[in-house]
Amino acid sequence: MALLEIHDLQIDFASAGRRLRAVDGVSFSIAAGETFCLAGESGCGKSATALSIARLLPEPPAHYAGGTILLDDVDVLRATPRRLRGIRGGVAGYVFQEPGASLNPVFRAGAQIKETLRLHRPAAATDAEVARLLKSAGIPAPESLMRHYPHQLSGGMQQRVLLAMALAAEPKLLVADEPTTALDVTIQAQILDLLKDLRQRLGMSLLLITHNLGIIGDMAGRVAVMYAGQIVEMAPARALLQRPWHPYTRALIASVPRLGATEGRLRSIPGNVPALDAMPGGCRFHPRCPVAQPDCRVHKPELVEVEPARWVRCPYWNSPSPPSKS
Amino acid sequence: MSLLEVRNLKVRFPVRQGLFGRARAFVKAVDDVSFTIEPGETLGLVGESGCGKTTLGRAIVRLIKPSAGSIWLAGEDIARLSAAQMRSRRRICQMIFQDPFTSLDPRLTIGQTIGEPLEIHHLGATPAARARRIAELLAVVGLDPAQAQRYPHEFSGGQRQRIGIARALAVEPRLIVCDEPVSALDVSVQAQIINLLQDLQRERAVAYLFVAHDLAVIEHISRRVMVMYLGRIVETGPAKSVVQTPRHPYTQALISAVPQIDLETRRQRIILPGEIPSPIDPPQGCPFHPRCPIAVARCQTDPPSLREIAPAHYASCHFAQ
Repeated sequence: MALLEIHDLQIDFASAGRRLRAVDGVSFSIAAGETFCLAGESGCGKSATALSIARLLPEPPAHYAGGTILLDDVDVLRATPRRLRGIRGGVAGYVFQEPGASLNPVFRAGAQIKETLRLHRPAAATDAEVARLLKSAGIPAPESLMRHYPHQLSGGMQQRVLLAMALAAEPKLLVADEPTTALDVTIQAQILDLLKDLRQRLGMSLLLITHNLGIIGDMAGRVAVMYAGQIVEMAPARALLQRPWHPYTRALIASVPRLGATEGRLRSIPGNVPALDAMPGGCRFHPRCPVAQPDCRVHKPELVEVEPARWVRCPYWNSPSPPSKS
Repeated sequence: MSLLEVRNLKVRFPVRQGLFGRARAFVKAVDDVSFTIEPGETLGLVGESGCGKTTLGRAIVRLIKPSAGSIWLAGEDIARLSAAQMRSRRRICQMIFQDPFTSLDPRLTIGQTIGEPLEIHHLGATPAARARRIAELLAVVGLDPAQAQRYPHEFSGGQRQRIGIARALAVEPRLIVCDEPVSALDVSVQAQIINLLQDLQRERAVAYLFVAHDLAVIEHISRRVMVMYLGRIVETGPAKSVVQTPRHPYTQALISAVPQIDLETRRQRIILPGEIPSPIDPPQGCPFHPRCPIAVARCQTDPPSLREIAPAHYASCHFAQ
């Protein structure tokens, strides 16, 4: 039994009297102790999907139009508020992109961690436990750091405090939404290493949301690439990076400049991601796709398991790439 | 003659006690930096938060006043010119900003935004001539000229960045300081903007000071690269050389920390301990020594200077080779 099972999730957002579908039929599962990456560019629906796991999206404007989310056997979308409070933090912990914005500026770091402990493990709401959590988040002198206010800490330190808070409730699943995007590259390396280490030591599952494809290779596990509200490809990370199949995945990987390897022009994807109210008919990627066929304009492709554990939403995934054009 | 020659530039900000107090200490944001940029070339400037790269970029366009040193732009030292004198020099040197959402005035149409520099510098004899030029600039950056009447909020991040580029090009500058122009953009859009900047350079022989924290982007677009740490240049040289054979331990750690998409080129991670120190209180001796994997006692007292390790490739470390 998987720790998390999302089946056919559909999320609408109300905008100017209309309902626009931001997440359209997303399904995937995460086993205990597994790392799963949700990758894609702005607006593809990855954050909305991740926040839904603990039903954190404000409703309205969000509206769940269909699908189920089973987290540790709890039906999240039908759970009572009381049940949800237990899940939030207790089963699924979250770490977000801008650590400065996630911390309360008027409370000291230690006090904020203690607050989480009081909610989920009241008997352990002590300074000693706060120090232990900070240490496990890689902070060498926790006793003094506990007394600091968020503004006195660097971005990397703030993110570690947030990790300590997320771990305080001993969650089975840690959802990290772009946890290192706002951090410098050397600090990013530290935080990613820490996440890997924690996952191994605590047997925790990790759902990592990112637009940085380089991170995916580093963190291993399985990956789902999203585009315009749908999963277009899902595979083990290594296989996806070495042999991407969906034309969007291929184009995305090709457009990333490589250290020591890029010459000439970068391969970019022409056009823009479609607006929610201007979704193309047929395959959503077809207007920008280098291998689009005439029937791609009308036929909506299904996500198909072409090989064990390798899913792709494109009947022409096997077409050879055309000569590069930017 | 170099297009830009910066000599011993220093920018420091006082840290005051209270509103009117005396300066207790100084943030040495840029600490004795010298370099040149030739016409039509791209010099990449890379470093992490607090290294001074943004301050350096802004000092060059005189958005910030340097504390010491000189900035020779097209043969003239602009470091101590007045604001009125600087105005005409802005035809030579322009800037593109990082955040596409805050660098355009939301109350001006994009046509007005691009037209503003034309008006300020009296370019385009008639309104009709100016309108033609605005349409030309929009087309050059890949936007539809018919959209000149629209407002910034109607465009995506990548499109707004193109508008910022059009605005910078309006005066036909010879040098553009690009301050993290693609950091806030999605990967596929980054590629579009980088290609555009390279095309424009080829067509107009404009030089770039390209400030970024993404090493792969820097290597791709730059002929030469400078690596900054705590206000100083720790390494500089040809882009390929610096990235493929970094000599300074900080550069080596920086490069090793870049997440690699190609699994074959996976490199051994050098994880640097601790945090980037505050530029208010930089360490004695070599600024990098507290985090340096090869530091010895000498590094705590004896600050190294840039020395040539390989042809045109300099590093500021006692042990670089």
